[in-house]
Amino acid sequence: MISYYLSNLDTLESESIHIMREVAAEFERPVLLFSGGKDSICMLRLAEKAFRPSGFPFPLMHIDTGHNFPELIDFRDRRAAELKAKLIVRTVEDALAKGIAVQTPGETSRNRLQTPTLLAAMEEFKFDCAIGGARRDEEKSRAKERILSFRDAFGQWDPKNQRPELWSIYNARINPGEHMRAFPLSNWTEMDVWRYIDRENLEIPSIYFRHPREVVRRDGQWLPVSDLLPLRPNDEVRNLNVRVRTIGDISCTGCIESEATTVTDIITEIAAARVTERGSRADDRRSEAAMEDRKREGYF
Amino acid sequence: MTPTQPLPLDDKEIELLRFTTAGSVDDGKSTLIGRLLFDSKSIFEDQMEALQRSSDLTGKGDINLANLTDGLRAEREQGITIDVAYRYFATPRREFIIADTPGHIQYTRNMVTGASTANLAVILVDARQGVIEQTRRHAYIASLLRIPHVVVCVNKMDLVDYDEAAFQRVYNDFNMFSTHLQVRDLTCIPISALKGDNVVEKSDKMPWYQGPALLHYLETLHIANDRNLHDPRFPVQWVNRPQDDAFHDFRGLSGQIAGGRFKVGDEVAVLPSGKRSRIKSIYTYDGELKEAFTPMSVTILLEDDIDVSRGDMLVRPDNVPYVDQQLDVMMCWMHEEPMRVGRKYAFKSAARSGRCMIKDLRFQVDIDTFQRKPDATTLELNEIGRVTLMTTAPLAYDAYSRNRSTGSMIIIDEATNLTVGAAMVCEPIKEVPVLEEA
Repeated sequence: MISYYLSNLDTLESESIHIMREVAAEFERPVLLFSGGKDSICMLRLAEKAFRPSGFPFPLMHIDTGHNFPELIDFRDRRAAELKAKLIVRTVEDALAKGIAVQTPGETSRNRLQTPTLLAAMEEFKFDCAIGGARRDEEKSRAKERILSFRDAFGQWDPKNQRPELWSIYNARINPGEHMRAFPLSNWTEMDVWRYIDRENLEIPSIYFRHPREVVRRDGQWLPVSDLLPLRPNDEVRNLNVRVRTIGDISCTGCIESEATTVTDIITEIAAARVTERGSRADDRRSEAAMEDRKREGYF
Repeated sequence: MTPTQPLPLDDKEIELLRFTTAGSVDDGKSTLIGRLLFDSKSIFEDQMEALQRSSDLTGKGDINLANLTDGLRAEREQGITIDVAYRYFATPRREFIIADTPGHIQYTRNMVTGASTANLAVILVDARQGVIEQTRRHAYIASLLRIPHVVVCVNKMDLVDYDEAAFQRVYNDFNMFSTHLQVRDLTCIPISALKGDNVVEKSDKMPWYQGPALLHYLETLHIANDRNLHDPRFPVQWVNRPQDDAFHDFRGLSGQIAGGRFKVGDEVAVLPSGKRSRIKSIYTYDGELKEAFTPMSVTILLEDDIDVSRGDMLVRPDNVPYVDQQLDVMMCWMHEEPMRVGRKYAFKSAARSGRCMIKDLRFQVDIDTFQRKPDATTLELNEIGRVTLMTTAPLAYDAYSRNRSTGSMIIIDEATNLTVGAAMVCEPIKEVPVLEEA
């Protein structure tokens, strides 16, 4: 006898598939933002579940900061090819050259510069909805984000004036020039993402697992030594076994000391963790409203 | 106290419970949520640090757990909560999603939003004040949105010396007026969110209370029956037609089952056309299924090549919803510009989009007294009333009390594209034949 029981992960998965299909049905030119990070890896599996045996009804797009872990780019390209998905890459480098994005003096991280790059790409391809992997548990201004989140013609988010979102009915109506962000993983937690990766046996980039790396201590976290991180006189370069918990611009993605070599190890580690994953991102530590400010401007 | 259930053996047995929290200003709602998160070890060190940083800035000294949910700059500056915030925590048995709704500004709009996806509502009452007007309002909305379980937390028991009589008074008052409402399952728990009594750990200060602590209740409450597994409903979201030659004959109907169960071989009717076919197979990425049930997302293939498109609904011919162009709804208005009788709006219900006209406002409900106001002519922001809608094409629907997915609609202003109303479909009034006098 069938039990008609659905687990937490099955429930979340079904909700996310429903959101993806709504986006495919309601928008003319959606795009799925794919960075190669763990959340977007889950999104690709959900897209397979939503649309197979058809191909994806949208291309993938990566807004490349140019400040990447090299492992990630190889992974990104290979995964897109395996899925026979069209991959668009737009780079911050290019946006800087064209004057679309402008660096402020002393700014080393390029996470903020992804915003104008993304908006220009949306304009270039006339995309009307960008599907992103953001989760509400990541950061507190995200906790109030809608699953279908409206952006005006300038790509801006107005947190005080969001459309109410009830049941699982998503209001997808926009005027030309405006667009939406869709977040199918809104209700997933970091733990759900890892359990899903485990359950679905999803391949993830090697930097999520333990590897030796040269790091320096900055502001309470271990930052990877790279050409993009100018060493300071007092910096003591250490060679440690580390892994990343979240992936961003390499110049601001903190590593954690870890011995995790399997997804199960990672799950055990997170269950015992005392710091959220965003706590390892230097860009979010700048001020309490750092994420909100970036989001208002049109960040993911 | 309910006997402790054994812990699940693996992740497959972890369930998801969504609940909403409601309380008046100063009822200690944020403290309660903070307490649940903190005591279940769902607040992390960096969040705690950030809280500490913000409390140092305000100079008030005490860590304000409300800062954990009030994420927007304007909220922290003004010390208010603007919008519904979603919070997540987990225990070994269950994962929880809290829709935390603010106690004052835009109250009804936000609570209706938070309540729309909830299995359970936690309503906070200050033990010193007892049941007040706002409590009745919270209970009304929980009832209107058909939240299956309501827990009244009688908070601040520490300030009434953990007195049983104070608790009993709230319990009796609540029971009294809730008979006017549609509350299926009501539980009352005496707590102190500040001191942690009966929140995560059972308190030893109230030996007269035999029930569970709040978290234990949330972990063990039976929720599988909250779904409607009886009335098969499948709103078609997306038609899956692969371009690939290998799947030349594949014509799948993709969607999330909104009610009941569907089996291979079942006869189905497509609404609103009424055409019939049988289920040939149920396709999923993980393999074909013999049977699928709500709320699974699947792709259904039919034996006959009949015309089905997005917005249609598959049902069983012996269990059909209403199909009509005129329907009555309970409307909660969500925008500054009032609802006007005679105006046309867009609507969306499950996968169906269309246009409708407001034909009549039968009455407005005073949600503090539950009284009907038949003289009302418009619905203003945060007002609720019974409205007759006329849709431009026949719509398949259930009463909201039967099915929250096929009985709900959002109303959209066609000029601004804003969501301006939330509608819950009423059971149609049966035409009673007028008896001729003998």
